[in-house]
Amino acid sequence: MAEQSHGTNGSPRGGDLVRRHGWLTRVWHWFNAVVVTVMLMSGLMIFNAHPRLYWGHYGANSDPAWLDLEKVNDGIPFPGAVTIPSAYSLADARLWHLAFAWLLLAALLVYLLWTLLSGRLRREIAPLPAELAPRHLWHDLREHARLRFPTGAAALRYNVLQKLAYSAVLLVLLPGIVLTGLGMSPAMDAAWPWLLDLLGGRQSARSLHFLCAFALVGFFLIHIAMVVLAGPVNELRSMITGWYRLPAEREDRA
Amino acid sequence: MTLSRRKLIGMGAAGAGGLLLGGCDRLNASSGFRDSLASAEGLTMRAQRLLMGDALAREFTEREMSPSFRVNGNSKVEDTAYRRALASGFAGWTLRVDGLVQRPLALGLDALKGLPQRTQITRHDCVEGWSAIGKWQGPQLGPILAAAGLLPEARFAVFHCADAFDGKPYYESIDLIDAFHPQTILAWRMNDAPLSEGHGAPVRLRVERQLGYKQAKFVMRIELRATLAGLYGGKGGYWEDHRGYQWYAGI
Repeated sequence: MAEQSHGTNGSPRGGDLVRRHGWLTRVWHWFNAVVVTVMLMSGLMIFNAHPRLYWGHYGANSDPAWLDLEKVNDGIPFPGAVTIPSAYSLADARLWHLAFAWLLLAALLVYLLWTLLSGRLRREIAPLPAELAPRHLWHDLREHARLRFPTGAAALRYNVLQKLAYSAVLLVLLPGIVLTGLGMSPAMDAAWPWLLDLLGGRQSARSLHFLCAFALVGFFLIHIAMVVLAGPVNELRSMITGWYRLPAEREDRA
Repeated sequence: MTLSRRKLIGMGAAGAGGLLLGGCDRLNASSGFRDSLASAEGLTMRAQRLLMGDALAREFTEREMSPSFRVNGNSKVEDTAYRRALASGFAGWTLRVDGLVQRPLALGLDALKGLPQRTQITRHDCVEGWSAIGKWQGPQLGPILAAAGLLPEARFAVFHCADAFDGKPYYESIDLIDAFHPQTILAWRMNDAPLSEGHGAPVRLRVERQLGYKQAKFVMRIELRATLAGLYGGKGGYWEDHRGYQWYAGI
């Protein structure tokens, strides 16, 4: 209830236009938006070539699959509307996927290193121990569920749910999708046998790659929903120009 | 008709999606764009070669083998000379090694069986995504090439096969780094039995750090060449020439 005491000493308050995102974050965000979309859509086409998933080192048509979409849509489960290219072509999808993979990796390495070395990863993205306390988590969850997002100066920082989501994407899902992708490469399996052991085999790597991809899709859907709910114009501006208008403090704290 | 914000956003998303898809298909058809995408193949090969050196592909135990190893590609060869050889158990058949060599060779199946053998239980990875683990036996390719004596210009080993797709002959090629890798063998035996026709009798290439389409079946002739240009489509293999797959298939 006492979160409205900002602004007396010149610190920003609700209604102020503030610098929210640095240029590297903004460039990385939009670059990733394109690259991840291409990776997903070409990846769905590659999946179409053998729409079954297995655990372990081997797995083919006569082996038990934990996910079998062979009966869906005549064996092409993901339709042309969501694949690159839109007409079936494993070769063309690989052409896109294996080229854009380099862009994804390069951008991820740059951004990870920058956030790590600049301290932003620890200061702004990783959740603080206090924030992970069940009471705090529960409070933020309830506020989110009631669509009551942080206002005023509190909106300058990520809340714990944002921190958890961004940490998961930056530290788990994106590195995970790169490593599971490499784990499917026979050459990388020769180079890095530990990777094969870590992932539990090439077919496990393929399954985990698919699961990471759909976890990223899940993040994307929630992310878009949150942007829309929090004010799409202000949110979009902050990610394009860097300028963000702090939401006004609520006066009717019930 | 009034447009709610939600409707507008939905229409915007659909419109952007349509543009994106149409744009991607147009890019996919542009040869300049395809060339830039394809340039990643060289980067991938150099990076993977740097990281793996001459590391071996993982070898598995018999307990880890696939219960059944599916046949892929051509399961039957139409060529009449091949069918005669198959019917006679490849009695008079020979594998030719020629091109840029000092001493062209003609090796019968018994000669291949008489060479020092390598047996390896390895994972076969199809470009489609499935994998099968099988046991392969045969002589290493390296000593055979050494016996033929490579001429200094030789850079690629081309595998001419007896099968064809739509009348177009199957062939594949590898460079000398893979040709002399210890796990690169001419397998005549699979899972403790002579190679079946479906799996590439009499001899199939195993190049274990690359994908399945490089593992040429029904190998009739190995030609040493300085370049892949000038041979069929010039891209070094049937799938490369006709379907646009990468020549380097390490991923």
